Amino acid sequence: MMDEGTELSLTIAQIVQRLKATHLHSQIERQAKECLHRPEIQLESLKEDVRNFLKASGWERKLQNAVYRELHVQPLPSHHAAPPEHAKEPLAYMRKAQVNWEKRILKSLNSMCTELGVPLARKRPAVEQKELANKWNEMGTDEPDLSRFRPVYAPKDFLEVLISLRNPNHDSSEEASAKSHWGLIQVPLHDRDIPQMREAYSELSLTTGQLGIDDHTHVPPDLFESEHIRIGKKVVNEQDSAAAQQYSRQGCPTGLRADLWALILNSTNEPEDVMHYEQLKAGVIHHDLLVDNLIYKDVKLTASNDDYYFVFEDFLYQVLLCFSRDTAVLEHFGYNSATPPKSYIQGKVGVEEFAVVYPPNGVIPFHGFSMYVAPLCFLYNEPSKLYSVFREMYVRYFFRLHSVSSSTSGIVSLCLQFERLLQTHLPQLFYHLREIGAQPLRIAFKWMVRAFSGYLSTDQLLLLWDRILGYDSLEIVAVLAAAVFAFRAENLMEVTSLTSAEAVLADLSTLKVMPLIQIFLFATVI
Amino acid sequence: MSLNTVPCTVKPTVTLQIGDAETDSSRPGVYVIDVTLPIGQTVNIQEISFKNYYTAYVSVRLLRRDGEGAAKWATCLRNHCLMPSPHTEEGSQDYCSVYRQQMLIEPDNVTSVRLILRQPSSAWLNFNVEDIKIHPCLNEDSEWDIPDWLSDLTQVDQLCDLQGLPDPQTVSSSIQQMWALTEVMQTNQTTASIGRFDVDGCYDINLLSFT
Repeated sequence: MMDEGTELSLTIAQIVQRLKATHLHSQIERQAKECLHRPEIQLESLKEDVRNFLKASGWERKLQNAVYRELHVQPLPSHHAAPPEHAKEPLAYMRKAQVNWEKRILKSLNSMCTELGVPLARKRPAVEQKELANKWNEMGTDEPDLSRFRPVYAPKDFLEVLISLRNPNHDSSEEASAKSHWGLIQVPLHDRDIPQMREAYSELSLTTGQLGIDDHTHVPPDLFESEHIRIGKKVVNEQDSAAAQQYSRQGCPTGLRADLWALILNSTNEPEDVMHYEQLKAGVIHHDLLVDNLIYKDVKLTASNDDYYFVFEDFLYQVLLCFSRDTAVLEHFGYNSATPPKSYIQGKVGVEEFAVVYPPNGVIPFHGFSMYVAPLCFLYNEPSKLYSVFREMYVRYFFRLHSVSSSTSGIVSLCLQFERLLQTHLPQLFYHLREIGAQPLRIAFKWMVRAFSGYLSTDQLLLLWDRILGYDSLEIVAVLAAAVFAFRAENLMEVTSLTSAEAVLADLSTLKVMPLIQIFLFATVI
Repeated sequence: MSLNTVPCTVKPTVTLQIGDAETDSSRPGVYVIDVTLPIGQTVNIQEISFKNYYTAYVSVRLLRRDGEGAAKWATCLRNHCLMPSPHTEEGSQDYCSVYRQQMLIEPDNVTSVRLILRQPSSAWLNFNVEDIKIHPCLNEDSEWDIPDWLSDLTQVDQLCDLQGLPDPQTVSSSIQQMWALTEVMQTNQTTASIGRFDVDGCYDINLLSFT
């Protein structure tokens, strides 16, 4: 609400402050100093010439990409009277719900700890450290006894929390009427209707070429695919983040996807990134965390059982164990409604110098968490690169899927969006499912919490995630969920119980996501 | 950023309703809040800040004292939108400010501010604005007397012949730039974290704490 000039200056100052601390800053400084020896740099026009050199050698582009990345994750400059919690989540009742949910998780973790007699964190003895270092690349061969550990929570527990969300200032006293909401989410968040989404997702329209539709074997490649690949190669050569993001809206060719996603996320694999990863690995070797067991259990229960992902089991440990040690992740709590759990070492409760965050990255994994990483294993085979991409995807998107917030990409908005789309465009189906006790969200929730990972076939999942990156929003996940119901509507109208409804929607592995989304958004009669 | 505020009294909200306030069952959709300065004081407003609580639109009227001492009401902001969609949560609990530049009239010599809040949607039980603060203009040095000899100094446009010396303006601006650069170098503090999660090598934790 400030005037535009002040807001812009503030944003610029914030970005400059953040970029000053990075390796990129020192690299550019060094380049600027070294280029002074070059003949084309004249003293009279020093500033101009150095600038031109940086532009020609690609450093300006790298800086642009870094600024673009900051704009993605930075919260908007807030009002001078607004406290920091307001930037995390503006609505008081949602903050409260998130705090209560976190308390439940902490209690659950503490009680698991005391029951099992296992500390939350301990330093590994030297022998154990050596052992782990030796089998770092094959942690999957280990068969530790994990039967005593149980996941801290599962998506359906979280769903109950979301269902019970109420705005104390909202008038819900009215009897069922035309404007009443049939679904489970009863908070009045803003959502977009199909006409608005047609504008927002115009690149997905029926007349625009798409990967996932127009690269089908029956379609001649020179109609769309060849040209699209040619443009993709050019985008990768130019190393332009913004262009890559725009390009991704129509899908990424398989051969270019890894580079394009890394570009969109500004995920580099410089020596400093590899070093950072090695530092995290050292953290895993030196300290043993209780959450490690939760991660092991999660990987064994989900990814290892999946036909597509079981081969990547070792990678998943290498990424997730390091992820838990990464304090850089703590930055995202500035715009995440969640707060990292805290503890005190050496029993010095209340003494701030002995306060630590647990786990070091502040994120407690839940059942299914490893599925956020699994699809990325198809794109990257170098652990530090895989790690870098996953971490960026987490702090931009995935964290919103398991915290209570009013954000438009947050899970609450996605659930509401899904239910509203269904109620507006498939009212008969929604009504029928409600009557038989099969609220649609109870089936679709698990898909949305994982952004469909593990439910779609991998190539389709990657096409979906192309669009999440391209549009910088998780909204498309809610649209797909509604589109799936629309696709199986005929079968669903005939079922008479929740279990049979779930059976109809149990197997999504044959679905083609782009045609479904396209038809739902652009061919639905409004 | 004007963080100083003027002490003022916020009167209790008055509802505007058609019909009898006591017997009418529907909730009011318009509230009026008066904010008055202590008697005799006036203020030149730079900014009015407040925290929204489900108000959709706000209009602001000012009671200004003109040259002769008479007070007149005038509208300085008409139907400013705080919630783009009154039925949904967007903007409902945001911190907002109305700046001098946005106002239709000059907010000078103001003795009283009237906020007219509107919420057309029946979805909400209550609406209000909280923490209303009036920020005055920062006074320039207009109150200080400039000694006579200062005003006798040479005016800029009366510079004498430079005789080959560089223009003082460019010299002073480049000196200022260099000074700014040295300041930047000195304050080049990094916000990067080191990455250690333990305290002196120790990370033995038994229980999490709730505050």
